[in-house]
Amino acid sequence: MIYFDKVTKRYGDTAALEDVTLSVAPKEFLSIVGHSGAGKTTLLKLLLAEERPTDGSVFFESVDINDLPNSALHHYRRKIGTVFQDFRLIPNKTAYENIAFAMEAAGRDDAEIASDVPYILELVNLADKARHFPDQLSGGEKQRIAIGRAIINQPDLIIADEPTGNLDPINAFEIVEIFKKINELGTTVMLTTHNKGVVDAIGGRVVTIDRGRLVRDDVGGEYIL
Amino acid sequence: MARMNGMTIKRVLIGGGKNFIRGGAVSAATVVIMTVTLSIIGSLIFLSALLNFTLNAIKDKVDVSVYFVTTAQESDILAVKSQLEKLPQVASVTYTSAADALTAFRARHATDQLTLQALDELAGNPLDASLEVRAKDSSEYDSIVSFLEASPTLSSGGASIIDRINYAQNKDVINRLTLAIQAAREIGFAVVMLFAVASMLIAFATVRLAIYVAKDEIAVMRLVGASSAYVQGPFIVTGVITGLTAAIIVLLLLWPATWYVGAKTVVWFGGFSVASYYASHFFLVAAILLAAGVALGGVASVFAIRRYLRV
Repeated sequence: MIYFDKVTKRYGDTAALEDVTLSVAPKEFLSIVGHSGAGKTTLLKLLLAEERPTDGSVFFESVDINDLPNSALHHYRRKIGTVFQDFRLIPNKTAYENIAFAMEAAGRDDAEIASDVPYILELVNLADKARHFPDQLSGGEKQRIAIGRAIINQPDLIIADEPTGNLDPINAFEIVEIFKKINELGTTVMLTTHNKGVVDAIGGRVVTIDRGRLVRDDVGGEYIL
Repeated sequence: MARMNGMTIKRVLIGGGKNFIRGGAVSAATVVIMTVTLSIIGSLIFLSALLNFTLNAIKDKVDVSVYFVTTAQESDILAVKSQLEKLPQVASVTYTSAADALTAFRARHATDQLTLQALDELAGNPLDASLEVRAKDSSEYDSIVSFLEASPTLSSGGASIIDRINYAQNKDVINRLTLAIQAAREIGFAVVMLFAVASMLIAFATVRLAIYVAKDEIAVMRLVGASSAYVQGPFIVTGVITGLTAAIIVLLLLWPATWYVGAKTVVWFGGFSVASYYASHFFLVAAILLAAGVALGGVASVFAIRRYLRV
């Protein structure tokens, strides 16, 4: 489904990623671990086409992302649900509107939005906070809304960049459980973290990146640095 | 912008409206700056009208008088008047008979007994009949005078009926005034444009700042799969609403403002009332300010957001 082919990304003289080759199968749950600045976020940015590789190619469903023109990026990104460490909710939209925005952007009609958004709000257990703005929500609630936004269009892939980084252990555990459930329903999940507890709770395949290089790739692996 | 269907346009319009309402302090600050900008543009409209009024008033004071010999028949003078009125460069021709000139002279010197006695001692009326000629443009007096000097129809029995034309002594003044009017128009236009551009740049910077505040939000919209047009649309609508709101505020504020200074400007500027001008030109001023508001808000938003769409 996803294939990084000898990917290098440099910012000036500094290599954020060096000759990384990695493949991810459909319905897989992949944890990417590493210290801060190891290159985990860069890897996800390349997959989102937020950045372009200096060398090598990134394939998504056999399409080289580098070949996509800027005008086609929004169509490509609709196949991916994204969750960020800092939530990145739109501040002047309510919880309902933040989730609905992803559907509106994908051109879904009002009837679909009116039926799907309340369902997703129920799913992330925030139906009672539908009219709340992000600054009226706790960190864990914000992250659950962000997950709702990521899954509303039933994407093929969810990528989550340090989704538990700003959360307390209880909220972090709840978020991990939501991701596991999403994965069990058939969606591929790629998650970066430097939290050993999160990796242990997820289980499954663990890829370790250190100073831009892929140093370990263990199916059913563990957090070793 | 990519093609949008009705549903998308509705969402963009609603999104822009919500952005404006929920923008709070940022929306309010942008409206205030835009109001100041449009107030300056509104003031420049009045300044331009005042300049035109003043220049026209000065132009109206310029004329050429043609004096006729005392033996000239009134019918010959009226024939000359008729010929002058047919010239395209002539705005008006006023005839003053010798008798009217004498009456006016007596009225003007009613308190000057010495002059009136001297006049009484003369046999008959010493004053000439005259035509007062006003040109449509002060630069056209030369051609009118040339016409008068060259036209053979002005002679009666071989002798010219024109005694003198006061153009020669006024020529320098008229030429200088023509240059001054032209310079005043050009300088006035330059000043108006300078202030307009400066105020527009301030409005542009403010809209850019408002969009800079939302740059992370724009990046997220792009990453969740929104097209550039769908991201850009609500911001442009917000910019247009900001411009329209500011224009309406300025139009409302101009009523009491022009009413307050209206009576004073009549005295200061020799009859020009900004209140009367605003009342009689309301739709023109409204059209200019609303168009400027929409253009400023919309165009500034388009330019400001463009750089943040490269995600």
